[in-house]
Amino acid sequence: MPSRSGRRQESNLVAYIVLGIGGLMMIFPFLYQLSASFMTNAEVQSIPKQLLPGELRWENYVNGINSFPFWEQLRNTTVFSIIRTTSQVLFCSMAGYAFARMRFPLKNVTFAVLLSILMIPGELLLISQYQIVQSFGWLNSMAGLVAPGMVSLFGTFMMRQFFLGLPKELEEAGRIDGAGPATIFFRIMLPLALPGVSALAVITFIECWGAFLWPLIVATRAEDMTLAVGIASFTGEHQTFYPQIMGVSLLIMLPMIVLFIALQRRVISGLAFAGMKG
Amino acid sequence: MTVSTAQRSPSAAAPRPEGSRSPGGDRRRRNRYDGLTPWFFVAPTLAGVGLFYVWPTIQSFYFSFTEWGAFGGTTWVGIANYTRLFADPELLVALGNTVLYAVVALAGIPLAVWLASLLNRPGLRFRSLFRVLFFLPVVTVPAAVSVVWKLLYNGDFGMINYALSAVGIDGPYWLQTPVVAVIAVGIVGVWMSLGFNMIILGAGLQAIPDDLYEAAELDGASRFQQLIHVTIPLLTPSIFFLTVMSAIGAFKVFDLIFLMIGNTSPVIKETQTLVFFFYSKGFMVNDKGYAAAIGILLLLIIALVTFVQFRLQRKWVHYA
Repeated sequence: MPSRSGRRQESNLVAYIVLGIGGLMMIFPFLYQLSASFMTNAEVQSIPKQLLPGELRWENYVNGINSFPFWEQLRNTTVFSIIRTTSQVLFCSMAGYAFARMRFPLKNVTFAVLLSILMIPGELLLISQYQIVQSFGWLNSMAGLVAPGMVSLFGTFMMRQFFLGLPKELEEAGRIDGAGPATIFFRIMLPLALPGVSALAVITFIECWGAFLWPLIVATRAEDMTLAVGIASFTGEHQTFYPQIMGVSLLIMLPMIVLFIALQRRVISGLAFAGMKG
Repeated sequence: MTVSTAQRSPSAAAPRPEGSRSPGGDRRRRNRYDGLTPWFFVAPTLAGVGLFYVWPTIQSFYFSFTEWGAFGGTTWVGIANYTRLFADPELLVALGNTVLYAVVALAGIPLAVWLASLLNRPGLRFRSLFRVLFFLPVVTVPAAVSVVWKLLYNGDFGMINYALSAVGIDGPYWLQTPVVAVIAVGIVGVWMSLGFNMIILGAGLQAIPDDLYEAAELDGASRFQQLIHVTIPLLTPSIFFLTVMSAIGAFKVFDLIFLMIGNTSPVIKETQTLVFFFYSKGFMVNDKGYAAAIGILLLLIIALVTFVQFRLQRKWVHYA
């Protein structure tokens, strides 16, 4: 049908224009952030506005990094994100597998309790979580930062859904060959669940990297903060260091942007999967 | 740990209906349950959830009936926190702002439907490039993007007011004006979630069979008529899902309000949301019993909003 395909192409022109302009508007804040990070403070505040810096002032980045404990906070953020991600991936896979495939008393009741807790807004629990962490003497420490997020209800639910969708035959074959539950899980089922595991890992890592409210409450000393809290407190103290703030905040996002562009399909499908099942 | 010993453990024996047809009770037990092994698998999660979720849930209810002394220690005050809360003018302001933020967030959904339907046009090229552009704000750090949005919204030298002045509009001080500030932050919220919403809707769009469009086209339906009469009705389950998720997310908004308006802003009292109200009482002035009551109210509001949405869904959601 030549007429039909002709019409399709013609009307896709609207799609290109809208998506093109819309897409540019979506990334405009990032582009402006990049541009402003090389400007002088006067250029940022100039009227009429200039879109590009007069020259590339790399020293803004150096000065920005040197005006607060950037490297300590980068280390904190990295350790924080790695510990939470590893722990959640391991424990959520284990629990998700048990809820999907194993038989034990009160399984459905336990799972229903977990699901109902998933509905509770996490913010409500902050006061009590803070009390617990404080009573352990974990304020301003990595243990305190990671503690409530070592396990995840959402991740457990997601991994259970994933394991439910896997075929049972391989497990049974392993059992017939005399493999124990641990061997079956780590050697057979976990490798099969790799798409789910990697989706969970990527989502968790991105979430940890940007986590705000809990680190804000637990870490009050600059050298104990994560970057997300660090940049907010740096901005609070130096409202008008625009180019440095823009540069440092871009640096903070850089690993996530690179991770996203490198693992594009995995990130998008992982988040979509998580979103639909959640 | 060997399985055979684990299977004979007492915990595995607990709730067991009388098996009339099974010859030996012991054998039956072994078939029904996998012994201790599953407990080993769920133990870390149950321990973590018990300590950091179940216990805090119970404790939060208790805290909401107490008052906190300046040097620690709590006193039971009955429903005093709740009576104080319902008489507090700040509650109405926070609730109003939260609802306003939710309205802006929900207004982002029709936009996402339109963009997703464009993105899923058959034969569209550069699809993955567009997807990356729209999705990028989803994966970035709120604390780091809020600084550039604050600059764009700046009343004196921000790009937005500069662009508006080019068409003769004198833009407001976006983040320093009550009501306007919440809408401005809501727009950033839409910007951050648009890509995610488009992906969810895209999955729904791909599930719509092509022959429906062909039939509509044979009947002479225009593109717009196809969108209204085919796409949107069949997409309502995805739209419903996003409506529920966006409303829940909006009622919990904190990061962007804290980061863009700030706890030191002179208008924060007029622009705060429920979770900010909770945070300011619980962690800025250490009025934790009162904060717990706000938290419980938030829980009830979210439950109510979600319940109403589920009740309304049968009026407009079409399941295939």
